[in-house]
Amino acid sequence: MRIFFAIFIFAIVTVVSILGFRGSLSTKPPLEVFPDMDRQARYKPQAENSFFDDGRNDRPIPSGAVARGNYLNYNEVFSEDFVDLRLGDVAYNKGKHADDTFVQTLPTEVTYANMEHGRLKYEIFCVSCHGAAGDGNGVTKPYGVLAASYHDDRLRNESDGYIYDVIMNGKGLMYGLSDRLSADEAWSIVLYFRALQFSQNASVEELTPAQRDLLGI
Amino acid sequence: MANVFPKWVNTIPIKVIVAAILIKTAVIAGFTYYFTPKYTRVGYAPTQPVAFSHALHSGQLEIDCRYCHTNVDRSEHSNVPATEVCMSCHSMVRKDDPLLAPVRDSYASGEPIPWVRIHKTPDYVYFNHAVHVNRGISCVECHGRVDQMKVVHHDKPLSMGFCLECHRNPEEYIRPPEEVYNLDWERPETEEFKETAVGFVHDWKVNPPQSCSGCHR
Repeated sequence: MRIFFAIFIFAIVTVVSILGFRGSLSTKPPLEVFPDMDRQARYKPQAENSFFDDGRNDRPIPSGAVARGNYLNYNEVFSEDFVDLRLGDVAYNKGKHADDTFVQTLPTEVTYANMEHGRLKYEIFCVSCHGAAGDGNGVTKPYGVLAASYHDDRLRNESDGYIYDVIMNGKGLMYGLSDRLSADEAWSIVLYFRALQFSQNASVEELTPAQRDLLGI
Repeated sequence: MANVFPKWVNTIPIKVIVAAILIKTAVIAGFTYYFTPKYTRVGYAPTQPVAFSHALHSGQLEIDCRYCHTNVDRSEHSNVPATEVCMSCHSMVRKDDPLLAPVRDSYASGEPIPWVRIHKTPDYVYFNHAVHVNRGISCVECHGRVDQMKVVHHDKPLSMGFCLECHRNPEEYIRPPEEVYNLDWERPETEEFKETAVGFVHDWKVNPPQSCSGCHR
């Protein structure tokens, strides 16, 4: 019996020392004990595919085509004078009129919901570099990112279409966000951008007495 | 007549029973402990082509999940960002760091960075990211505290039991929509919040399927 116990304990110790414990980190891919039909020959987003030369499953959009349900490459596809009832005109999608002048004022409605939408998107895509107040003091500043402050006369006087164009296509060191933002998201950021500018450049006289009382000034 | 069997033979049945029970217990315990995704999947932490630290980017710098994984709230697939997203900062930050050489090469050549996928559902499981995050199920429920991981590892088992646990009791996991991307958020243990959570499930018509075809196709 002693021999049995010795072998029994030895077997347990061996198994545990080889297999380890749950949750221990490992660089080895997970063991699929019963593979069933877990891995099928099926197209998956962003996956590898040996059929194509570049090894990619996701195919680049052929020029002149629009990905279904995705109008992010709208500008490259439609001509300047194209007007879509649902998506608006080129000015809406480009921030520029057909004669290349910038759209002066926001083509979207100024509503609280739109402003909140803009704040949400601003806090995702802009805040890291431009800072919560839009003064260019984002968390990335100590790491060497140079971001513009919104609070100078040049940017206060630029048209809304210009701001839209910079958000979408970038400027200087800033990369464009047209791959990640839809037109209405970018316009709502423009709206929030204006609110930020106003927040740092407003005078007490613009407030009603009631509002002043509320703020204690 | 002398005894045919010596006396110690009397103990054999007991010994065999004890040994059988021990072996059976050990085998069952071993299977229960090891033959589960809690062991096979959890802890998988492959070496990535670039030593990207979520602890730095998401934890310390508090960059929103959606800055890079932009499509998580609009698509079933939560995308790995394009190299251009990395370069929007790293064209300025650490622009000559040898650790980032694969990123610069990828940006110059257009070849994707071969990130290693960690979380894989079986191919007959159709998980939709957008419907979960847009209805108050946080990233952290399935991915763990990625914002504290220097190297991302598989943190939750993602087994069918794991999915059903939440599909049966969504009110215990649902959270306010503005806290979905805040992995740090702690669920208040108050009766009041429980009611709010039940309210979310009701108001947003959260009706997680428990039938096979809800997820399997």
